[in-house]
Amino acid sequence: MPQIGVDEWVAQSGERREQGTGLGRALATLDARFGWWPRLALAAAVGLVFGLSTGNVNLLTVGFTCLLYAILSLGLNIAAGWSGLLDLGYIAFVGFGAYGYAIFSSSALGTGGSGGAHLAAFESIPIVVIAAGLVGVVIGLIALRLEGDYLAIVTLFVGQAFFEVVNNVDPGTLGGVNGIFSIDSLHGLSGNVSTPRGYYLVALIIIVGLAAVLHLLDTSRTGRAWRALRDDPLAASAMTIPVNKLKVMAFSFSAAIGALGGTLFAAQTSSVFPTNFTENILILIFACLVLGGAGSIAGAIAGGIIVWALEQMLGSPTDAGYLFYGLILLTLFLKIRPWWKLGAVLAGIVVFGFLAHAIVGAISSSATAGHPGSTGWIGSAVKDWVIVPSDPIGYGNILFILVICLVLALVRLQGTARLVLVVPTVYLAACCWESRLIVNPAITTQIMLGVILIVTMAARPNGLLGSRRVEML
Amino acid sequence: MSDTAPAKPPLLELDKLSLSFGGLRALTELDLQVSEGEIVSVIGPNGAGKTSVFNVITGVYKPTSGDVRFAGQSIAGKRQFQITRLGIARTFQSLRLFQNMTVKENVKAATYGHTKASPPESILRLPRARREEREVDALAEEVLSFFGERLRGYRWNQPAYVLSYANRRRLEIARALATRPRLLLLDEPAAGMNPNETLEVTEVIGRLRDELGLAILVIEHDMHVVEGISDRVVALDHGIKITEGAFDAVATHPAVVEAYLGRDPEALAEA
Repeated sequence: MPQIGVDEWVAQSGERREQGTGLGRALATLDARFGWWPRLALAAAVGLVFGLSTGNVNLLTVGFTCLLYAILSLGLNIAAGWSGLLDLGYIAFVGFGAYGYAIFSSSALGTGGSGGAHLAAFESIPIVVIAAGLVGVVIGLIALRLEGDYLAIVTLFVGQAFFEVVNNVDPGTLGGVNGIFSIDSLHGLSGNVSTPRGYYLVALIIIVGLAAVLHLLDTSRTGRAWRALRDDPLAASAMTIPVNKLKVMAFSFSAAIGALGGTLFAAQTSSVFPTNFTENILILIFACLVLGGAGSIAGAIAGGIIVWALEQMLGSPTDAGYLFYGLILLTLFLKIRPWWKLGAVLAGIVVFGFLAHAIVGAISSSATAGHPGSTGWIGSAVKDWVIVPSDPIGYGNILFILVICLVLALVRLQGTARLVLVVPTVYLAACCWESRLIVNPAITTQIMLGVILIVTMAARPNGLLGSRRVEML
Repeated sequence: MSDTAPAKPPLLELDKLSLSFGGLRALTELDLQVSEGEIVSVIGPNGAGKTSVFNVITGVYKPTSGDVRFAGQSIAGKRQFQITRLGIARTFQSLRLFQNMTVKENVKAATYGHTKASPPESILRLPRARREEREVDALAEEVLSFFGERLRGYRWNQPAYVLSYANRRRLEIARALATRPRLLLLDEPAAGMNPNETLEVTEVIGRLRDELGLAILVIEHDMHVVEGISDRVVALDHGIKITEGAFDAVATHPAVVEAYLGRDPEALAEA
């Protein structure tokens, strides 16, 4: 331990802060001793145990989709994370992969639902992935002279163009709005992947391989050049790096991995439609990358898994309820210290609720006549606590706005005022949840996902596993 | 040093070089030579066109007219990375490090042009990729060692943004050295440094020439540094070379004094 105040100690302070204590430090030591592969092997083993132990078909399908998003997020990471190219046309490459696989491995090239190419997976997937890489080169060349926002707008157009093409051009082959269906499962060499577990394991193998390949690439001259390009293109060019070539390469690699994900998607769902490849999905992939930590391989994978798992949980009212109350409690536990303040706030919330319920109920019995949206034990626990009127829709809408205003006020306040305000905020949020949000899971999913993203990014601006990054000073 | 033309052709030669941005003439018919192993300083007030000279030489701007020759070959109009590969490396006045990469990675990134392993070779860690990586590692450690203990040890794996200002300037030089230059362009290497650090920079520039045999073209405002290192000094004002020669002659040249301080009122009255 260097002496406090000495040059070296000061210089290491940032490192110490980042390294932290406990688990983080243990992992860092492990890394220093063995390198990167034990971590990957551990993650792969966990994935394998999950895949082999559960017989739940739904769970395996969710697991597959989680890994699929992780693959897509890894591909996007090359362009958007490493090279700093805001590629909003990424979804077009995913669609290209899916449609490519669909065309080569279905009757789309035949007539009247028979004939067609029906290539084996080991033929069609390489063809499609390499073709996507070449398309990536073309798009990259077009986008060469653009940077930042301008690049984003032009590539967004590429994504839109893909949608229009598959929707309108050649309905005979591409199917138009009806898409392509009856796509073959992954097959070839007398093997055939047809079960959810099979697809999960295929995705797991691909993502482990991809993570290893990308790590080796990241630590090579190409990876360094990409990251140099992101930090300062002019300086990179002055340091012997052919910036244009590397940008095109980044586009191309990113496109190829996106297309690989697309082929898996097409094989697993056995049908593709233009609406599978819209901006909504693109934004979800970006959310994976940003939440996990752009620029980090582990982050991109974790982001993909977390975002899709959240999306699934939020779709089920019971799970969404656990998530909602769980996150509120977790935030309170993490943010309020010492323990007696936390206890006071929690008690305050409970008492405030029963008081409010009793007072409002005494004034007007119809104002508390409704039933909370939650069922099960949460529902019965909060029945006499939250205020749910007999007609909750308009009331819930107003509460929603009110809660947002209260949260904004919370962010601005400090000290005791903040603690006091936490009580009505949490209570009203719960009322809003029980009377309005939980009733419409489809809308709530998006809102909750957004809230979770915002809160996480506010707490960790670099994403969960991303490292701290500075812009040009 | 005399300002007669050297016997063998100079390493770098600017020949009636002009640079205009629309109607603004940044450089006008500039002639400049740097020979092997020579240290030439470019001085002049702010806006004189010093950094523009660097930007034309390194290919950031294409000259409007005239030619730039390096080792006998015209490099005017070539791209930045091509020029650097030929052997001209530069540092930036407003530090342009790869902030989020480690100290060692910053230096290693600058070896891209001198390595050849393709992505598949790197991924599979084939012999060529492994050999190049070893060489690049050794080179990085060598150029970082040039600054003694300043950029060694634990600092190798720190991101560039945690470095002190002086260390960032040193890292800029180390990064430029990793491109294996024959000519080094230093843009205000002592800017913002304290007297001790300035002295150290002066010494480092001398060692770059003596130990590595580099020719060096340096822009500097600190006249102590200029006096300490220069074989020859070139003074610019408004994009025109006003004089050239040994430090003492240039520093006291009336046109240089006028460019920095304006005309002496008494002299004006006499005129």
